[in-house]
Amino acid sequence: MNQASFGISVSLFASIDWHGFFFLLFAAIACVAALMVVLSNNVVRMALHLVLSLGATAGLFFLAGAEFVGAMQLMIYVGGTLVLLVFGVMLTAQTQLVSLRTPAGDRVIASILAAALLAVLVQAAFSIESWQKPGQGMVSAPTATPLGMALVGVRVDQHAEEGLLAPKSGYLLPFEIVSVHLLVVLIGAAYLARAKRRRVPRPVDLVASVDSVEPRSSGNSSTTILSGGSE
Amino acid sequence: MAEFLIETIGLPIWLAWTCIAGLSAVLILNVIAGGALVFIWAERKIAARIQDRLGPTRTGGRFGWLQSLADGIKLLAKEDLMPDGADALLFRLAPYVSFCASFCAFIALPFAFDTVGQRLNVGVFFVVAVLGLEVFGVILAGYASASKWSLFGAMREAAQVVSYEVPLGMCVVVPVMLAGSMDLVTIGEKQAGWATNWFIFHDPFTFIIFWVYCTCAIASVNRAPFDLAEAESELVAGFHTEYSGLRWSFFFMAEYGSMFLVSALAAILFLGGWNGPIPVSELLGLSDGVSATDPFALRIVGCMNLFLKATAGVLLMMWIRWTLPRLRIDQVMTTCLKYCTPIAAAMFLGVMLWQLFLPGGLVAGSFRAAAGVREGWLEQSYRKESADEESLSVKTLSRHVFEVSR
Repeated sequence: MNQASFGISVSLFASIDWHGFFFLLFAAIACVAALMVVLSNNVVRMALHLVLSLGATAGLFFLAGAEFVGAMQLMIYVGGTLVLLVFGVMLTAQTQLVSLRTPAGDRVIASILAAALLAVLVQAAFSIESWQKPGQGMVSAPTATPLGMALVGVRVDQHAEEGLLAPKSGYLLPFEIVSVHLLVVLIGAAYLARAKRRRVPRPVDLVASVDSVEPRSSGNSSTTILSGGSE
Repeated sequence: MAEFLIETIGLPIWLAWTCIAGLSAVLILNVIAGGALVFIWAERKIAARIQDRLGPTRTGGRFGWLQSLADGIKLLAKEDLMPDGADALLFRLAPYVSFCASFCAFIALPFAFDTVGQRLNVGVFFVVAVLGLEVFGVILAGYASASKWSLFGAMREAAQVVSYEVPLGMCVVVPVMLAGSMDLVTIGEKQAGWATNWFIFHDPFTFIIFWVYCTCAIASVNRAPFDLAEAESELVAGFHTEYSGLRWSFFFMAEYGSMFLVSALAAILFLGGWNGPIPVSELLGLSDGVSATDPFALRIVGCMNLFLKATAGVLLMMWIRWTLPRLRIDQVMTTCLKYCTPIAAAMFLGVMLWQLFLPGGLVAGSFRAAAGVREGWLEQSYRKESADEESLSVKTLSRHVFEVSR
C-alpha cells in the first residue's frame, strides 16, 4: 500500500517541471507588474512595478540560458534607467507626480498603440512553427561568446560551411554605427551640461581695468563704465 | 551533489534539485549573516584600537566577542517605527530590496573551484549588474521615509553609485581581458600556481588598476570616506534616518554582505581567488594541476583561501573608514570623473598593449617577441633563396619590387 502510494506520489512529483513553473511565475509577475505600471498613479510606485516587470523579464532570459542578455537587462534597465528615473523624480517637485491623472485622449491613443503592438507580438508568437518546451532549449554552451563574435563580424553560429569570415556575415557595421551614435550623444550631453561662461565682464574686472588706465581717463568716465557694467 | 542524491539516496529529480538549491541558499545566507556578525564585532574593535580605545570588552567574557549577538537581540526587541507621511509599502519593502540584491550577487560568486551557487558564463557581469541594484533599495528608502534627510541621503547615493559604476566596470574588464573569459571560475583558475601568476602582478598597469578598483569598490558599497548617503554629521543618519529595529539591521546586513562581496570579487579578479600564494598541493603532488579532480579537502582549503583574502579586503576597508575623513560631494565626483575614470581608461589601454606586445610577461614576452622577429626574418630570407632558384627574371623583378618598396 505504502509502496503504491509512494510510487504515485513519485510519478506526480516527477511531473513537476521547475522550468515550466518558473516560466509561468516570471511571466505572471512580468504581466501583472506591467499592468500595475499602467494603472498606478504614483510615479515612484510605477517605477517599482517597472522594476518588478523588467526583473521578471531578466529572470525569463536567465531561464532560457541567455545569461548575458539577462544581466544586460538588469544592468541597463533596472540599475541604470530606473535609478535615474527615480532620481529625477526626487530632484523635481513631487507633489504633482504623486497622483498623476492621465487625460482621456492620452488613454485612447495609448490603448490604440498598445493594441497594435500586442497584435504584432501575438502574430509573431503564433507564426513560429515549433516552440521548444521549457527546459529543452537549455544550452550549456556559452551565450556571450557568439554574441561578441557576431558583433565583430564573425557569425560562429551560422555560415560554418561557407567560411567564418565571409563578408556581410556579422553585425560589425551596425555595431560601429551604434557606437558612434552613442559617442555623439555623450558629447552632446556633456556640451549641454557644461558650465556656461560669462559673456558680460564682471564689474570688478572693469574697475580694475579702469584703475590701470586711471592717469589717462577722468574719474567721471570710470563711474559710467562701472554703472554700465553692473546693469 | 544533486546527482549523488538522485543516484544513491534515490530521491526524485525535482526534490533533489530543490534540496540542493535550498542548501546553497542557506549556505550563502549564512555567509552573509554570520559574516555580518563577525565583521560588526571586528569593526568595533578595530575602530576602538585606531581611536586608542578598547571597544567592547565584557559581553561574552573576553574581547566582547558576543557583542554583535547582543546587538542583534537588542535590534529584534526594538519597536518598529514608521513615520506618518511615509509610503507604507515602499518603506517596508526597501530593506528587503537592498538585501536581496546583495544576496543575489552571491549566487554567481565562486568560493573555490566549482564551489559556486550557479556557475554563469558571464559571472563577472552578473555580479556587477546585481550589485548595482542595491542602490534601488536605498533610493526607495530615502523616498518613502518622507524625511528630507533621507531624501538627501538617497539622492547622494544615487548620484555616487551611478557615477562609480563606470570606472568600476572598466577595472573589472581588465582581468576579463587577461583571462579571456567572463566566467569567474575560469578567471580564478587562470591564476593558479605561484603568487606571481596573480593578475595584480601581471604587469604594472594591473597593479595600478587594482587600487583604482579598491577605490571604486569602497565608493560603490557606500563606505567611508564615501559614505555621504549616511553622513551622520550632516544628515542625521542619511537614508536610514527613519528606520529602526530589524529593518535597519537589514540595511546593515546588506552593506556588510556587499563589502564582503566586492572584496571576494577583488580576490578572484586580481589576487588569485582560491589559489594560495604557494601551490602547496601541487608541490606535494596532491593534485595534478587539474582542479576539477581535486579531493574535497582541497576545495575546503580553496574556500579558506578566498575567505582569508576577502576578510583582508574587508579589514582594509575598515582601516580606511576609521582613518580618512569623509569627502565632500564635489570631491567624490572629482575623484570619480577626474581621477578614477581616466586612470582606469589609461590602464585599460596599457594592459591591452601589454597583452598585444608582451603576452607572456616581461622576460618571456621580450624573448618570444625576439624569436618571432627571427622567425619572420628567416622566412623572408628563405623566400629570397627560393626565388633565386626559380628564375632570374622573377629574381630581378622581386628585387626591383623590394627596392621600390624600400
